[in-house]
Amino acid sequence: MKAIYKHEMASCFHTLSGYIFISFLLFFAGIFTYAYNLHGGYASFQNVLGGITFVFLVIVPILTMRSFAEEKHQKTDTLLYSLPVKMPQVVLGKFFALVTILAMALAVVALIPLLLSAYGNVNMASSYGALIGFLFLGAALISVGLFTSSLTDSQAVSAGVCFLLLLVNYFLSSLSQYASSTSAAALLLSTVLVIMIALLFWMMTRSSYISVLVGLVLEAVLLALYVINKDWFSNTVPSIMKKLSLFDSYNTLLNGVFDFTVIVYFLTVMVFFLFLTVQSMEKRRWSD
Amino acid sequence: MIEVSHLTKKYGGHTAISDLSFTVETGQIYGFLGPNGAGKSTTLNILTGCLAATSGEVRIDGLDIYEDADKAKRRIGYLPEIPPLYLHETPAEYLRFIAEAKGVPKKERAEQIRKVMEVTGIADVADRLIKNLSKGYRQRVGIAQALLGNPETIILDEPTVGLDPRQIIEIRNLIRELGKEHTVILSSHILSEVQEVCQTILILSHGRLVACDTPENLEKLLSSGTVVKIKAAGDAQKLHSLAAEMPAVLACESSSGEGEEGVFTAELKVRTGEEDEVCRNLSLALGKEGIALLSMTAESASLEDVFLELTREEDAAQEDGGTKPVPEENAKPVPEENAEPVPENEADGEPDRGSAAQEEKEDGE
Repeated sequence: MKAIYKHEMASCFHTLSGYIFISFLLFFAGIFTYAYNLHGGYASFQNVLGGITFVFLVIVPILTMRSFAEEKHQKTDTLLYSLPVKMPQVVLGKFFALVTILAMALAVVALIPLLLSAYGNVNMASSYGALIGFLFLGAALISVGLFTSSLTDSQAVSAGVCFLLLLVNYFLSSLSQYASSTSAAALLLSTVLVIMIALLFWMMTRSSYISVLVGLVLEAVLLALYVINKDWFSNTVPSIMKKLSLFDSYNTLLNGVFDFTVIVYFLTVMVFFLFLTVQSMEKRRWSD
Repeated sequence: MIEVSHLTKKYGGHTAISDLSFTVETGQIYGFLGPNGAGKSTTLNILTGCLAATSGEVRIDGLDIYEDADKAKRRIGYLPEIPPLYLHETPAEYLRFIAEAKGVPKKERAEQIRKVMEVTGIADVADRLIKNLSKGYRQRVGIAQALLGNPETIILDEPTVGLDPRQIIEIRNLIRELGKEHTVILSSHILSEVQEVCQTILILSHGRLVACDTPENLEKLLSSGTVVKIKAAGDAQKLHSLAAEMPAVLACESSSGEGEEGVFTAELKVRTGEEDEVCRNLSLALGKEGIALLSMTAESASLEDVFLELTREEDAAQEDGGTKPVPEENAKPVPEENAEPVPENEADGEPDRGSAAQEEKEDGE
């Protein structure tokens, strides 16, 4: 795993992606610090972090698009299969390398509260709490990018899909205001989710039998619940949408409360997408 | 030692290799020979754990390639058909990464990298970017990569494809050198290459092993092995009747020569080892019959003939609806031209194999 980690780090700086990632993040952190803290005169640094989460929409796809798509494109992925390294180690090695690059950028950002404290009262605990949350948010988004990269052998497609996923996620909480809160809408959304899960199964296994079966079982459970008590479903659509939004979850960390459930949620997202990435890479060994 | 037993790989409904079994002993150079789409790359990919078989198992020194993947993979070095090189790195950087990933202890790394660079002759270009190297050098970097970790077996998939003649000779010499210290398995669709370098040849056709033997034995395999070519002036019919009396002559074909009148050429298929006797008797007899012998040469069949023979037989068998002699390990199928009747073996119970066109499409996967 160490070899993969070091190699991925080196590749990020051999190509431009590592530099682009770090410089974009620092650039926007600088601009927002100027606007909020220096120009606006606010003493809270966490608002800067809250303001620049949108930067992830652009830089995470750029950072992650290479990781697996380029290996497939250059046919170097045979190495990943033939070297005596297990696939979870490969995925984790790459993931930690990208997270390290994020951490490198944030290490510079971490100097900003110190600088600001020379000119006023800065709440260090909430500033650095928000910064740690920012690291976890970025790591969770990187795991999404790794997964989209493992699905294709084109960097552009990987970046595009990743950007779209993050964009939808970014606007999810704003959209939730307009979502219907009725039970019927909840059932409809759940059905769509069930179909998506079934499709995911089909992509992973290419077995239409299993995916249809999974879809039907889940849908039957949903319908049964709906028939038993409609009220369980009311207002679920907006709240699910809010919960799914990683960016929205991050905002709760900005109020000076270091909510561990948010960190656990980010960790869960990471584990989920890294697991999917391992599966998507292992699948190629079986079907190709 | 590599043991392969009953290996089958299916892509959807198409069978790329079916029921493949063979054993690779330590310390030899093995050649995997077969036309494009015969399943060579698929087999090698399964041997190295890059691809999972539909059924069957692969054991490297008794270690299962999936169950004990890490240990088994350390015993083989693999160069795929397209060398897996990171173009934006230098060979030195690349080899450092591979050495670390293969778990070469830190203090041995530098020494091992120096050694494989020396063996493969890439020390001069160690600090140039791989993308700026010629194809021959890239191939060498690929081989160097396979050699790291000092694996017992080196597996090379079409190592000379796309190289110019001089590079091919250099790579061949390199493979011969490697064969002194490692077991080498190489695949190729070029006969002369395999014939020249390998001590044992496995011929694959349509995902089946049709022969496994030394190059010399494979040449002997053609029992109609030796052809006596005759050019003579006179009555061709008399030659036919003479040939018919000789038990060592298996078949006789003649055609009237072009140009000169009364001159004909003939090809006699003769049992291998009896060609001298046939030539002696025939020349004397032809003289008695008043036929002037202009030339007479005996040629033994080349490996190329065996190869074409074996792979064509497979094609023919497919067209015949899948009945053909069941190939086994060390199978020695009898060529169809053989005058001695070949007993048509029982129809094999294998599932349908894909058409030749499908095979072609899957090639290079």
